[in-house]
Amino acid sequence: MKLPAPVSFAVGLVPALAAGWLLFPRLLYRTEAQPLPFNHKAHTEGGMGCADCHAVAENGRFAGLPATEACAGCHAEKGDNAGINALVASYVEPGREVPWLVHARQPDNVYFPHAPHVTGDKLACARCHGPHGESTATKAYVVNRLSGYSRDIWGPSIARVGRKEWQGMKMSDCIQCHRAGGRESACLDCHK
Amino acid sequence: MHTSKHTTSLPAHRYTLVVDLDRCTGCGACGTACAVENNIPPAAEKATERTGTVWMRVHEAAAAGDGPSTFVPIPCQQCDNPPCVDVCPQRAIEYDPRTGIVAQIPVRCLGCRYCMVACPYHTRSFNWWTPEWPEGMKATLNPDVSIRTRGVVEKCNFCVQRLQAARAKASAAGQAEIDPADYVPACVEACPSRALSFGDAADEKGEVARLAKDPESFRLLAGLGTGPKVLYRSSDPAVRERLSRTGVTRG
Repeated sequence: MKLPAPVSFAVGLVPALAAGWLLFPRLLYRTEAQPLPFNHKAHTEGGMGCADCHAVAENGRFAGLPATEACAGCHAEKGDNAGINALVASYVEPGREVPWLVHARQPDNVYFPHAPHVTGDKLACARCHGPHGESTATKAYVVNRLSGYSRDIWGPSIARVGRKEWQGMKMSDCIQCHRAGGRESACLDCHK
Repeated sequence: MHTSKHTTSLPAHRYTLVVDLDRCTGCGACGTACAVENNIPPAAEKATERTGTVWMRVHEAAAAGDGPSTFVPIPCQQCDNPPCVDVCPQRAIEYDPRTGIVAQIPVRCLGCRYCMVACPYHTRSFNWWTPEWPEGMKATLNPDVSIRTRGVVEKCNFCVQRLQAARAKASAAGQAEIDPADYVPACVEACPSRALSFGDAADEKGEVARLAKDPESFRLLAGLGTGPKVLYRSSDPAVRERLSRTGVTRG
């Protein structure tokens, strides 16, 4: 039986597209577990803000993760929460830092200072990081096997369809906002 | 002074390096500080004078007669009309119209080395080998400068990472402009004889603007019209005449 040309074309094209759009992304990314469970909502409901743990340093550079010392300010002893007990046993008592996997970590050649964005332009943290403060559990850390970059840099949708403004931290996402604000600038403003 | 063809007017800031040849002893501290600051690896085993990676090279210009040699430190001249920008097929070199800095973006570079041919000052290096550091030395690398791979060209960016840091510090303090004291390249900081000075030549009251107008200041290969923002100074008219006309030959 000889199929009409458009049909035989489709018979080849459809599986190829399916493999490219559905199968390949699954192969491309690997999921890693965070070292500890963490409930942001439980902290923010208690009246804490982002900056209580993720502060911009005096030199304006890192809004990094809190040191174990900061956690130990409240969680110095074990209680009835398995996550807190794991924190105390594995990190607070031995005095180790928690090796969190950072979703927003950028490639090595990117220079991103928080101060001009957060202190200068008063952008809300959620503009780029999403409603992270309302999460009750740690999100799976998904990493690109080839580049080693977090999935959050690209965003959840491979085709970038229906992307919310905080989803994705690609260079094009930075540029989009910079252009909209008339802040188009030089390569080495954001690269090193 | 040249107006850049990459902008309609001169940049708001014109970061400029002034090298006083009378003070330079040729010690090479500038190049060492530069290598440490900018994560330039120790020379590969097979590297030669021409194939090693050097951003700040100190040349010796011998005097015509019995006179003493002049030592001439030559980093990227940060031209206002940079020939390298014009020839790059990758747009991996960018003239920043706000600072006058000629920025090299190694991740975009395809390694064709047209820029190295175009540069009349021989201030560009090609990475012939994968950068390697001796055991333990990786811990001393500067996190503000990314490492370049084999197969790309690199050069002095006027320690732009220090400008980035100064800008971030200013933002955190709610200031629009940086404190000039926060942006000083590593070579300038290291020079023990204070032969190097750095500043914004657009600041008319600044020391660099004053030195730029001084009759003892000159540019290398001034006749080419590249408009360098690295100025040289010498009290010896013969040195001024020779270097501004012929520059320094390699070696």
